[in-house]
Amino acid sequence: MLKLTMALAAVAVGATAAAAPALAQQNEQFLPSLVYRTGPYAPNGIPFANGVADYWTLLNERDGGINGVKIVFEECETGYATDKGVECYERLKGKGPTGAGYFSPLSTGITFALTEKVPGDKIPLLTMGYGRSESRNGAVFPWNFVAVGSYWTAADVAVQHIAKELGGVDKLKGKKISLVYHDSPYGKEPIAALEERAKKNGFTFKAIPVTHPGVEQKSQWLSIRQDRPDYVLLWGWGVMNSTAVKEAAAVGYPRDKVIGVWWSGAEPDVTPAGEQSKGYKALMLQHGAGKFKVHADLDKFVISKNKTATKDDYAQVLYNRGLLNSMLGTEAIRTAMKKYGNKPMTGEQIRWGFENLNLTEARIKELGFEGMVSPIKLSCQDHQGADVARVQQWDGKEWKIISGYYKADLSILDPMVKDASAKYAAEKKITPRDCSKES
Amino acid sequence: MVAFGQFLEVLISGLLAGVLYSLVALGFVLIFKASGVFNFAQGAMVLLAGLALVRALDLMVAKGMPFWGAVIVGLVFAAAVMSLTAYLVERFVLGPLVNQDGLTLFMATIGVTFIIEGGAQMLFGAEVYPLPLFPTDAWFLFEKTFEGGILVSKIDVWGGMIAAVLVVGLALFFQRTKTGRALRAVADDHAAAQSVGISLDWIWFIVWLVAGLVALVAATVWGTKLGVQFSITFLALKALPVLIIGGFTSVPGAIVGGLIVGAGEKIAEAYLGPSIGGGIEYWFAYVLALAVLLARPQGLFGERIIERI
Amino acid sequence: MLYRETGQFKTSYAADMAIFPIRQDRIALYVLLAIAFIGIPVLDALQVWPFAGEYLLRAILIPFLILSLAAVGLNILTGYCGQLSLGSGAFMAVGAYSAYKFGTGVHLPLGLFDIAIPALPVLPSILLGGVMAAAVGILFGVPSLRIKGLYLAVATLAAQFFFDWVFIRVQWFTNYTSSGSVTAPELNFFGLIVNKPVERYLLCLIFVTVVALLAKNLVRGNIGRQWMAIRDMDIAAELMGIRPLYAKLTAFAISSFIMGIAGALWAFVYLGSWEPLAFNIDRSFQILFMVIIGGLGSILGSFLGAAFILVLPIMLDQVPHALGIPISVETVSLLVFVVTGALICWLLIVEPHGFARLWLTGKEKLRLWPYPY
Repeated sequence: MLKLTMALAAVAVGATAAAAPALAQQNEQFLPSLVYRTGPYAPNGIPFANGVADYWTLLNERDGGINGVKIVFEECETGYATDKGVECYERLKGKGPTGAGYFSPLSTGITFALTEKVPGDKIPLLTMGYGRSESRNGAVFPWNFVAVGSYWTAADVAVQHIAKELGGVDKLKGKKISLVYHDSPYGKEPIAALEERAKKNGFTFKAIPVTHPGVEQKSQWLSIRQDRPDYVLLWGWGVMNSTAVKEAAAVGYPRDKVIGVWWSGAEPDVTPAGEQSKGYKALMLQHGAGKFKVHADLDKFVISKNKTATKDDYAQVLYNRGLLNSMLGTEAIRTAMKKYGNKPMTGEQIRWGFENLNLTEARIKELGFEGMVSPIKLSCQDHQGADVARVQQWDGKEWKIISGYYKADLSILDPMVKDASAKYAAEKKITPRDCSKES
Repeated sequence: MVAFGQFLEVLISGLLAGVLYSLVALGFVLIFKASGVFNFAQGAMVLLAGLALVRALDLMVAKGMPFWGAVIVGLVFAAAVMSLTAYLVERFVLGPLVNQDGLTLFMATIGVTFIIEGGAQMLFGAEVYPLPLFPTDAWFLFEKTFEGGILVSKIDVWGGMIAAVLVVGLALFFQRTKTGRALRAVADDHAAAQSVGISLDWIWFIVWLVAGLVALVAATVWGTKLGVQFSITFLALKALPVLIIGGFTSVPGAIVGGLIVGAGEKIAEAYLGPSIGGGIEYWFAYVLALAVLLARPQGLFGERIIERI
Repeated sequence: MLYRETGQFKTSYAADMAIFPIRQDRIALYVLLAIAFIGIPVLDALQVWPFAGEYLLRAILIPFLILSLAAVGLNILTGYCGQLSLGSGAFMAVGAYSAYKFGTGVHLPLGLFDIAIPALPVLPSILLGGVMAAAVGILFGVPSLRIKGLYLAVATLAAQFFFDWVFIRVQWFTNYTSSGSVTAPELNFFGLIVNKPVERYLLCLIFVTVVALLAKNLVRGNIGRQWMAIRDMDIAAELMGIRPLYAKLTAFAISSFIMGIAGALWAFVYLGSWEPLAFNIDRSFQILFMVIIGGLGSILGSFLGAAFILVLPIMLDQVPHALGIPISVETVSLLVFVVTGALICWLLIVEPHGFARLWLTGKEKLRLWPYPY
């Protein structure tokens, strides 16, 4: 029996060894993908992972890669666990001729752990719509890109939408808004921004935690039933979202007064509750579900050739978010190639690409993402690049966009970003770089 | 009056939620009673039963079968899957581990948990599958007495009724059938039962089968409540305090334990939670269990542990 | 032939009572320590396969060492003293967060008098983290005087869930960061900043070596024998004059101390930035697995178990990709689950007493080899 274990170990070690030379291809850009296709958060992890992979496959099939450099990618299963995520990161970071291009862990916990590691390895971290809100400050967080939107943006936009529904910002005064949140750093991120808003606009804010994984929320929703807040914000992930919608229905709280963050606004969050989710609203990380121009190419080059794992989740919200995530990453690589030439880019070069990424209206149209995303421009100082979001509503069958773009109030958020990043810099003894001197 | 209405509402929903935990806890009790195995795989078995049910049901509905027919096919298929699981577990894991100490058996069931969790998701998929078996809206009682009425979730009431039927059924099974009596004999004394010609293998298979069917029942209720998905396995952790309060070996104990835990944690969350920050029900159930254990180390209904040197 | 103690005469009491009374064992230990302390850093410096890159050190060896440390801690409690615990994650978390607080300065306004401790260096922070964990361990060990076996195991879960909640809810522990996630201070040991993987590895190795030797010594002394007497039959032990209160609570204290240090290292050295989820119930189960698969009541077993439970899934995960078998990540990770579960069951069936017993059987065979008996 010991022999067998040894033999197994030997096989495993040997196999890893044998694989090493196979990667010696030179003109390849290696891109890692940390995914979770199993475990409690798999229903949300699978569509995102499919979208990420399919866009890369599309570039390879249609264009032969990025400017002729073929994309090679590898997935690693994290199961949403931080230590597994760190192991995956260590496993993938050195692969390919220039190492891993950038990482997108799709988990706040893994993002926090990797934030400590990427400066040493010089690999950018693309955390589109999640992670540390203060990492927008590129001077303190050179390697983090919380592109498109942070939780603070989301919180601010949600309050603005409520104000609009009520008929003006001044109507917020004296209203009650409750936040039902996943009891983890992810769920706690928006509290600071909402408290700030509550102070400014004079509404009563109450935060109600739900313990991971959120299968039991009866007492939280009974307290909401007794409290009768005017609006409920939902900051959940995985099973917590659909359970919340069901409990809201059970206690008779109107679903159209529940507004979820963009991680609570996808198909797996509403379908388990069936008819009861009708009317439920959620923020959009700019894009929604449905097919756009890029999907025509996907149909032609990826789906019809059966080079994908996607099934029912094709063109759903989280799938499209995966596409967008890969698009931002590969466009950053393209930007970097303009400066450094058409060859595989290192993490450091890709970081330059991110900081000089300028997605104009015309470029977005060219890429087939028109209608999914508005122009974004990142810079050395600003690693977020956009402050806008829309709101969508579930009509029982699909998500319908019900608002225009809201712009988050930077006069509230900017000082918060500044304070929080200054605190981080002080704790970690980081001297913020001077962005005016960067090229 | 309003405050009392609120209290009543929290109490009722707590008691009913507790009964739903009991559904999961019952599976633990059955196996522990008959074989002394603390079966950690019960949560995974709920997942497996739920996935088998919902996938077969969806397939049949897609093929044009009426919903009630599909439900029956689904239930039969899930029951078949559970009996196969019971056979495999008995044959390949517990059979060879006869006479090992409790800790080893406990660990083996965690191994079984891994196998079931991996296998179930591989066979049936890892996404969310809605299971609309029971109504999930609510009644509002005594609307004249209390403003807004007292909310009672229909699904919780269904769960309570199912649990009641299940307990009566199990009691009849244990008291009136030959197999049930044999089960009790084995629970009392393995060796003595064997010496009068009861086959241990057979009895353990039956016990795991019954626990599997209890898991299936739990899956219908919880699957309706949450949608069938991996997170259902976390219910095992909600069932543990129920189990210790009631005692590992008592079927009525599991129900009473469920009532205590459910009411206790909901009342604590509603009245104690706001002052210390909320989210306390998870650990409160365990602290409650700990308190009960300090008074009665074998749980409320557990068999007294008599130690000899 | 190779492994025989014939001819090794003990001429003094000291020799008779040595930790490793057999010469071959001592040689094996020295060789092992030499490999760990000198061999691996040299190989790493030369970047020889499989040490090319940082993967092996960072993602395998460092977590292996830290989790072995935790497993040694739990083995003292469960393996030597017989108290089943599912609260290891909580004790590790207490160690990690206390070390963080001591490392960044403690300010506790208590009204009448304030407690204010300036930021301490890393080493005392980690050790004080262990001390705090020991205090908490004693507190949650008190119920063990009345509750036994599986009931106790479930009762320790109370500690697990309680601390999961405390560290996310009480903002004082996280220095009021908005998200509740904290970042380890710089690893500065007497002016030496530990940053490179090999330095971090050596740091963990030193901790592990010292603690393992201490533990090995402890369990064969007076207190260790008391623990084992309690484990084997507590009533009989009490009749013989062993105080269960003292024996059980020391076991809880020492085991929690070790787990607290392991938790602090896990947070400071391995993760760098963490949230309570890093010490959740899965961690407790993982460590209990290591102890049982490795062998209850064996320090060596803790290491073997840690290696098996940590490394096996990681390796299994990489096999299909490395061999170029085209199956999806999803299927692979589910297969890893199934295979790990099956191997655990199979191991328990083949050898319920774990790797440590296999090692003993192997030693017995080596002693006779090449003769049949």
